[in-house]
Amino acid sequence: MKITLNGKEIVITCETIFEIRKMHGHETDIIILNGFQIDHNCKISHGDILTLIPKGVMPKEDELESMMMARHTPTVHKKLKQGKVAIAGLGGLGSNIAVMLARIGVGHLLLVDFDSVEPSNLNRQNYTISHLGLPKTEALKKQINEINPFITIETQNVRVTEDNAAKLFSGYDIVCEAFDRAEAKSMLVNTLLSELPSVKIVAASGMAGYDTSNSICTSRVMNRLYVCGDLTNEAEIGKGLMAPRVLICAGHQANMVLRLLVGIKDV
Amino acid sequence: MKFNGTLIPLEKGQTLLDFLKAQNYDVTKIAVVLNDTIIPKATYNDVMLHDEDTLEIVRFVGGG
Repeated sequence: MKITLNGKEIVITCETIFEIRKMHGHETDIIILNGFQIDHNCKISHGDILTLIPKGVMPKEDELESMMMARHTPTVHKKLKQGKVAIAGLGGLGSNIAVMLARIGVGHLLLVDFDSVEPSNLNRQNYTISHLGLPKTEALKKQINEINPFITIETQNVRVTEDNAAKLFSGYDIVCEAFDRAEAKSMLVNTLLSELPSVKIVAASGMAGYDTSNSICTSRVMNRLYVCGDLTNEAEIGKGLMAPRVLICAGHQANMVLRLLVGIKDV
Repeated sequence: MKFNGTLIPLEKGQTLLDFLKAQNYDVTKIAVVLNDTIIPKATYNDVMLHDEDTLEIVRFVGGG
């Protein structure tokens, strides 16, 4: 029977995973069968996708991609690889959304921000001390290249306005609204929904402080607009933005993008 | 009229802008979806509301 082993189609005569591992790898290798890591022996079937990953060894670049793909759910991976998602604002929400989308293998990301990385960003944004002073677009591109170098990243180091928004984001299926200021959020959502007839927006409102995690949710306002957050907790003096709730909200946005990319419209 | 998921009584002859003002919305921080269509800010004063309408208003608060 034919299977795919480490990204290459081969014909095998043995019947179990452990036999294949003995023949082609080492007994400490991690086994990923059809996107799922297993540690017990089982029968192999025709068409299975099997990946053996040696522990503690830096793989060659062409092997790395097939090893990473092994962990993506196979039927979903193709749709994600074709996805084009833009992220407007690369702060606490945007930087973390971008990293999550890169980890799941979304093929094409556009990163938009005008600002650079400052020490005050490190409390919640996906940057490190080595990024201080760099434009956020450049810092995040570097960060993503260290996580998944097999996706295409475009960057725009500009401030988004009513006049340039439609041009900046046209060609992208989904835009994540990840700005900080309420007026900017409103401007982006209104402009894109009015000017780009097929774009879908996953926006955010309300995630400051350390109120309960469970008030943050995703709602569908219309067929092209989703809003994540608790809709009330505004960042203000005495109620700052803190990593846990900001990342919960970013997770809601990233999961809604994932659901849309695989064709699910419900929240 | 159905407003953010709840049926409410609607005063006759109200424009969208009248309604937003009465509800104390800051028009610079919202998105208005009427019957599944986004309403551009510049037209808030031209849109009349009706009993059979479904109105969804998203209020954005700062933070991200």
